[in-house]
Amino acid sequence: MSRVLLIEDHQTVRDGLQLALTRQGHTVDAVATGEQGLVRVHEGASDVVVLDLMLPGIDGFEVCRRIRALGDLPIIMLTARNDDMDVVAGLEAGADDYVVKPVQARVLEARIRAVLRRTGGETRRAGGAPAGVEQHGALTIDRAALVVSRGGMPVGLAPTELRLLLELSRTPGQVLSRQQLLEAVWEHGYLGDSRLVDACVQRLRAKIEDDSSAPVFVQTVRGFGYRFGPL
Amino acid sequence: MTRWRWAVGRASGLRVRLLLAFTLLGLTTTAVVASGSYFQARRVILQQAQDAAVVSLTDQLITVYPLRRLPPTQDELDSMAGILSDRDSSVVVYYHGMRTRGSQLPEPFTPELREAVRDGKVAWQRVSLKGQPVLLIGTQLMIDQPDGTSRPSGLEVYAVRSLIPEKQSIDRLANLAWVTGGLSLVLAVLLALLAAAGVLRPVRELGRAAHRLGQGDLTTRLVVRGTDELADVARTFNNTAQTLERQVGELRRMESDARRFVADVSHELRTPLAAMTAVTDVLDEEAGGLPGDAGRAARIVSQETQNLVRLVDDLIEVSRFDSGTARLALDDVDVAAAVTATLRVRGWADQVRAELPPGVMARLDPRRLDVIVANLVGNAFRHGAAPVSLRLHAEPNWFTIEVADQGPGLDPEVLPHVFERFYKADTARTRSEGSGLGLAIAWENARLHRHAGQPGSLVAGNAPAGGAVFRLRLPRVAESAGDGGVR
Repeated sequence: MSRVLLIEDHQTVRDGLQLALTRQGHTVDAVATGEQGLVRVHEGASDVVVLDLMLPGIDGFEVCRRIRALGDLPIIMLTARNDDMDVVAGLEAGADDYVVKPVQARVLEARIRAVLRRTGGETRRAGGAPAGVEQHGALTIDRAALVVSRGGMPVGLAPTELRLLLELSRTPGQVLSRQQLLEAVWEHGYLGDSRLVDACVQRLRAKIEDDSSAPVFVQTVRGFGYRFGPL
Repeated sequence: MTRWRWAVGRASGLRVRLLLAFTLLGLTTTAVVASGSYFQARRVILQQAQDAAVVSLTDQLITVYPLRRLPPTQDELDSMAGILSDRDSSVVVYYHGMRTRGSQLPEPFTPELREAVRDGKVAWQRVSLKGQPVLLIGTQLMIDQPDGTSRPSGLEVYAVRSLIPEKQSIDRLANLAWVTGGLSLVLAVLLALLAAAGVLRPVRELGRAAHRLGQGDLTTRLVVRGTDELADVARTFNNTAQTLERQVGELRRMESDARRFVADVSHELRTPLAAMTAVTDVLDEEAGGLPGDAGRAARIVSQETQNLVRLVDDLIEVSRFDSGTARLALDDVDVAAAVTATLRVRGWADQVRAELPPGVMARLDPRRLDVIVANLVGNAFRHGAAPVSLRLHAEPNWFTIEVADQGPGLDPEVLPHVFERFYKADTARTRSEGSGLGLAIAWENARLHRHAGQPGSLVAGNAPAGGAVFRLRLPRVAESAGDGGVR
């Protein structure tokens, strides 16, 4: 099973989640502060981070940004409030998904599994059958190796960003609604939060587009959703 | 009609009334003064002319004395008239049946005049002769007798004097009176306007201020000018507005404190609830293995924790509506598909008779639509009776969703309160059936969707055949308030 790094300052919440996730078969490393969490991330002993946004010391947003700067470790935000600003800020800081406290252990567990699926072989399979190297203008997508490069330079994409790009580029020129993308990439059932898609598209554009305010690869189709190209 | 009423309202307005009063006052004063002085002057002028004519005639009469023999001859009569006539007046002399010849004058002399003259008096009369005003003066020459008395001679002298110069003077006076009257009328109107403006400006300011106050601007104050009654009114207005502002401010503060307290409490409850919720799955799994009461207790704790979470979530949602921070996250959805998904996710797909015409696209917040529909259908199952039906109907700019059940319907006493928070129609209802906020939240969610300044709506009623009907009406394209739209 997976190794979960849980960063949560409230002890009972931390204990409860640790207890429940451990029972689901995960190895849970629970810490109380962002600083401790970053140390654990550096040690590289985690597969996924469950991160509370309200932390003493450096807050969850900053922790999120620092983890993202280090690499593509998946992050699930744990927010005590369903406040729009918090959710949007967290997603912009690089979180892959979020759950609102109070959360039942099985819901969090499902999200952990979904985000982990994006990193491994499942993404490779979901990336689309004919595994091979595709060329889209300056963008090269290797569906087998899960490597994306632009102008010959590899682009570091977080798992969710990569999965989103693979999903969109599988059917170039075809519009996918936010709902379709939520179900395909985040495995959210009906009524997932479409802001997840919007935030992830923003981050993806920042990495692969020349000018993210005039996107070429991931284009917005107002009122419908997003599409890859046409170039 | 309204125009007419407006005109009537204006006509009876303060300005018009003031104007009319001043004009009337001006007119009356001018009329009294002008006509008084006119008539007085006219009387004096005529009197003077008359006196002068009488004096002049009697002066002239001296020249015909001493009288020759009586009766006079026609020639003597004519020459006497010639002597007495001058440029102002022509004279006719009678002696019994004789009359001066050659006179152009007709016989204007009235019997009364002749009568008075015959009696030996000096008489006069103003008459109109060929359209010209003239003064007639008549007198009889007297003969002195040796005993000192005098007797009438029978010679009647009548002078006809033109009054045209006097008439012209009087006409000038009349014209002057008219002009003066007109000028003073204009002055009166101007004064009236000035006075009206002086009174009306503060009144209008007061009206505007009262309107602003009515619109909710409690900081409205008037500038107090002078010490008159209007200044008193302005001062009273200011005091009232100040009191109102203070009291409303206090009420608002209390209300927002209460709301913030609810929001804070709800947020504070979340942390312990988060810890409890995290382990409810553990409790559920272990409950079966626990002996008797412990197992039941574990299940109760787990169940009530989830209910408590729902209640706190609803409280936070409500406090978001109250604080105005609720925002729409708009997306384009197929309404039929969205409703189907709502029913499917909750396992109601087979229990609800849904009439969902395809292709009704709408731009709305899908999460809120889900909340509303789930609430209405859940409510129908809880309080009504199966079969529950749901009908979607599209209009050009709006669509409606009707959820009806076959239960007893809503009590007319309950109907006005169904969307109130924590309103419990059925006192026997158990807590576990809902937070008591569901319909209130659904109602707020409907109103949050706006189109062309008009909010969406949710109304409750009863079907003619019985059973409650909830009717949701939402815009096809909701307006985005703040963020949440397509980026």
